[in-house]
Amino acid sequence: MSENLTRGWVIAAVLLLAFAALPPLAEATGHSYLTVVASRVMIYAIAALSLDLILGYGAMVSFGHAAFIGIGAYAVGISAEHGLWEGTLTFPLAMAAAGLFALVTGAISLRTRGVYFIMITLAFGQMAYYTASSLSAYGGDDGLTIWGRSELFASPLLENEWSFYFFVLACLSLCWWFASRVVGSRFGRVIAGVRENRARMAAIGFDPYRHQLVAYVISGMIAGLAGALLANHSEFVSPAYMSWQRSGDLIIMVVLGGMGTLYGAVLGAVAYLALEDVLAGFTEHWRVIFGPLLILIVLYARGGIARAFRGEGRDG
Amino acid sequence: MADPVLELKGLKKSYGALTVTDDVDLAVRAGVIHAVIGPNGAGKTTLINQIGGQVTPDDGDIVLDGRAVTAMPVHARSHLGLARSFQITNILPGFSTLDNVAVAAQAHAGHSFRFFRPVARETNLRDRAMTCLETVGLTDRASIRAGALSHGEKRQLEIAMALATDPKVLLLDEPMAGTTHEETARLTETLEGLRGRYTILLVEHDMTAVFALADTISVLVYGRVIAEGKPEAIRADPEVRSAYLGEEEIL
Repeated sequence: MSENLTRGWVIAAVLLLAFAALPPLAEATGHSYLTVVASRVMIYAIAALSLDLILGYGAMVSFGHAAFIGIGAYAVGISAEHGLWEGTLTFPLAMAAAGLFALVTGAISLRTRGVYFIMITLAFGQMAYYTASSLSAYGGDDGLTIWGRSELFASPLLENEWSFYFFVLACLSLCWWFASRVVGSRFGRVIAGVRENRARMAAIGFDPYRHQLVAYVISGMIAGLAGALLANHSEFVSPAYMSWQRSGDLIIMVVLGGMGTLYGAVLGAVAYLALEDVLAGFTEHWRVIFGPLLILIVLYARGGIARAFRGEGRDG
Repeated sequence: MADPVLELKGLKKSYGALTVTDDVDLAVRAGVIHAVIGPNGAGKTTLINQIGGQVTPDDGDIVLDGRAVTAMPVHARSHLGLARSFQITNILPGFSTLDNVAVAAQAHAGHSFRFFRPVARETNLRDRAMTCLETVGLTDRASIRAGALSHGEKRQLEIAMALATDPKVLLLDEPMAGTTHEETARLTETLEGLRGRYTILLVEHDMTAVFALADTISVLVYGRVIAEGKPEAIRADPEVRSAYLGEEEIL
């Protein structure tokens, strides 16, 4: 257990340092656009982390996770539309909105299990998607252009690509640190215990539902933060952020990277978006290649990329 | 005679036309080992599941230490001092043996909405878990993944998990199911060691263990208690003998 934790910290340190070193390297080699690409990767890494928290540690397969991202993004977009640009207000607002949505939908979804949980989270995700599509005051189907980035204490700091990049990196580090603390805490042990054996956890005195709901809300809030960052990154929000394909992408990232390790989620986000980029360079039908690849990974490399960092495969 | 710690009053449960618990009254006195025996299909597990809260009775009352718990959820009963093991091994296979017990201790040492402090550093939970592992003789297996334990060891672990919740009443649903002769002997010894410290309701098929351990035996047949008394009286009871027709040599 402690060995796993140490490994997690080492991998986190290496990855975060690599991210930190990227902008100057990209600049030096004349690929400065990579900084923009990598900030998007880190934003999805935050979202994947939040999903791993409930999917990997809690076996709650949320198929509507993109809704939290979308709600976070819309919170920033709609605030901007009404003249509120202050990130120190809009970011917490984005997290609170996503958290509230998680609380309400989770309270219902978590009464079901297995396939039903997947279906009901998908349904709530689609509900959010169609609600966003019908927001005609905020662009409806076409989405909403945000004319600039959030301010931080009234300063336009984030307009600069580098500052934005390092701001995202700071958010990723913070979320990662927070998630790893949660995982190792009393609460984290209860969540993992419920994944292992729900009936047993109830019999020794835990209310599985309450703990799972809190985990779901925490996860939703972190995804909401990723959404707020994403809105700033693209300076645009649209219902497409909430589509079920996006939720599927997040699940794939977590599975690809290796569930229940946190660093696997980050690696998965990096690998997924890099693969998407590379394969899309070959053909626009890149999913035709990506699909079978994914099947091979699930069949022959259970545990995902993270397994390569562990001594042995995960049994069971 | 001490007051009963656990009392069942007129408990009834049917599945369609099949009555599995038929007006059962049962009083388990403090500090005793009270065994419930009966042929297959007598409704023993359904009875224990109703006490544990996994199954809701149709009628009747379950009173734990003077409080009606009939409609309480499983986890709330645990906090009133009810702990149980399951007929089919029920552990957290991916956790270490120690953590299985530590998490049980955690459930009864303050709330678990603590998100920052590493639980691994909570030595009080660890110590409590080690004490319980010692009671069942599993200390040397503490760091092993619980899923990798032998069947008998898993049964011991279940008892340790129950003990870690600091229970008033232990419900043990066939703790000896599927164990080898040696494992059964060891479990019997473990339970013997608990005598007097805990009130135990034991459902068990292994008659050697039952007659070695029980202070009182209730015999359940087709959901009804047909006899209750000391082991010698039960052994001699003609009605019990006929219920176990063909199994007489066991008694």
